[in-house]
Amino acid sequence: MSAWLRQHRQALGSALRRLGWLNAVVIGVALSLPAGGYTLLEGLREVGGRLALDTQVSVFLRPEAKRVDADALGKLLRADARIARVRFVPRDEALKELATVQGMPEVIAALGRNPLPDAFVITSDPGSLEALAADLDKLPQVGYVQADALWARRLAALAAIGSLAVLLLSTLLGVGLVAVTFNTIRLQILTQRAEIEVSNLIGATDAFIRRPFYYLGLLQGLLGGAVALAIVALGTWLLNREVSALAHSYGSAFQIAFPAPGDAFAVVGFAGLLGTLGAHLSVSRHLRDIDASTRY
Amino acid sequence: MVSFSAVAKRYPGGQEALKQVSFTLEAGELAFLTGRSGAGKSTLLKLIPAIERPTSGSVIVNGQNVGALKRAAVPYLRRNIGLLFQDQKLLYDRNVFDNVMLPLAFSGQAPREAARRVRAALDKVGLLARERANPIQLSGGEQQRLAIARAVVNRPSLLIADEPTANLDAESAARILDIFVAFHQVGVTVLLATHDLALVERHGKRRLHLESGRIE
Repeated sequence: MSAWLRQHRQALGSALRRLGWLNAVVIGVALSLPAGGYTLLEGLREVGGRLALDTQVSVFLRPEAKRVDADALGKLLRADARIARVRFVPRDEALKELATVQGMPEVIAALGRNPLPDAFVITSDPGSLEALAADLDKLPQVGYVQADALWARRLAALAAIGSLAVLLLSTLLGVGLVAVTFNTIRLQILTQRAEIEVSNLIGATDAFIRRPFYYLGLLQGLLGGAVALAIVALGTWLLNREVSALAHSYGSAFQIAFPAPGDAFAVVGFAGLLGTLGAHLSVSRHLRDIDASTRY
Repeated sequence: MVSFSAVAKRYPGGQEALKQVSFTLEAGELAFLTGRSGAGKSTLLKLIPAIERPTSGSVIVNGQNVGALKRAAVPYLRRNIGLLFQDQKLLYDRNVFDNVMLPLAFSGQAPREAARRVRAALDKVGLLARERANPIQLSGGEQQRLAIARAVVNRPSLLIADEPTANLDAESAARILDIFVAFHQVGVTVLLATHDLALVERHGKRRLHLESGRIE
């Protein structure tokens, strides 16, 4: 084995011996906030994306509208070139569908009459969706037009704000990680002050003296990143138990996905990089102090 | 081996530790550097491994102008010089063996060869049986011998010691001196600073006397 490799192994060993779990946990907890926020946003984006592809528009008639009004509207809709498909949902059928949801029969029985209006579910191309929804809303028989895609767009706008918040949080906590590493390395340098002084006096190069501290910063960052991922994994698991129950009641199998391997790798890698940066700043600052005082 | 010509050292604040010091130490020579406390002995010794730089004049060690040496080159200069500090600078967080191992870690020695060299150095100073002890458990003389073992483990061609016998009883001091003489006999150049004139006279070696910053 070459001397170079042996020195790196020594430095790594020395860093491993000095690696503290507590610091890694501090870094991990701090990083889990942006990492968790990102994971939730990705989940939200997925829902939004699914809705945005859904080009269905639900058109509800006014409650007082008669069947003839519905037939007239149906003809009008089928004549519209922008509309690809029209499905009529009579109010009685809607009520039957609603009654299959748990707890609803009691509610319906309490109402004593069918509160639901007749409705049309129409499919159009995504481009004309917004204009179509606006036009339909102006028709006299129409009570309410619901286009999920429009709602999805609003959700996307909200998600963009969320992304910005996560970015700000990442930046702040990234600076925090650098500061934590800076301080850990500073304390470590103080602890090993005698060894550093002697090493410097009897022929250790700067690189040799700095190497264990760089490794310590890197390892602490990597470990902190791993702790953050573990917290996110635990968090998504706990949330998913509730989320899947909720999603199931909507007939969906939606789950918040754990970050993809690429994203998870990026979290750990980024934490390692910031740890190394913190070590670099600390080492440059504090070893210079020791060197100046080495003149015994 | 070591050559000073017209070396002056002024510390910030105007204190002049050395004025116009010139001397040459030949390879394989053993010399004592004497003078009262504050005469500039420590300053002179510190100029050799570039711990201090001269204000003017030149310090040549092994053909290199130490005063003009780049920072990155200094460690390699120091590896060829065995340094013994007034306060020994032993590390009390590790045992005797690991203290001597320290300089070998820099040069990336293979572990088996390094361990062999450490034991050889400890054997030369008579501490082989104490390799697992902590330096704090050693007597003053033993600590000084440990410092010598660390200074010579890299087999330097030049050995510099600042007051190696200070605070030691006569017997321990004599034993330390014998070790330096033994290194001198195998060809190592040795420069010892001391204020113990009786010791110097007993050995009858070359003497460089510093008096208020000048070699007499």
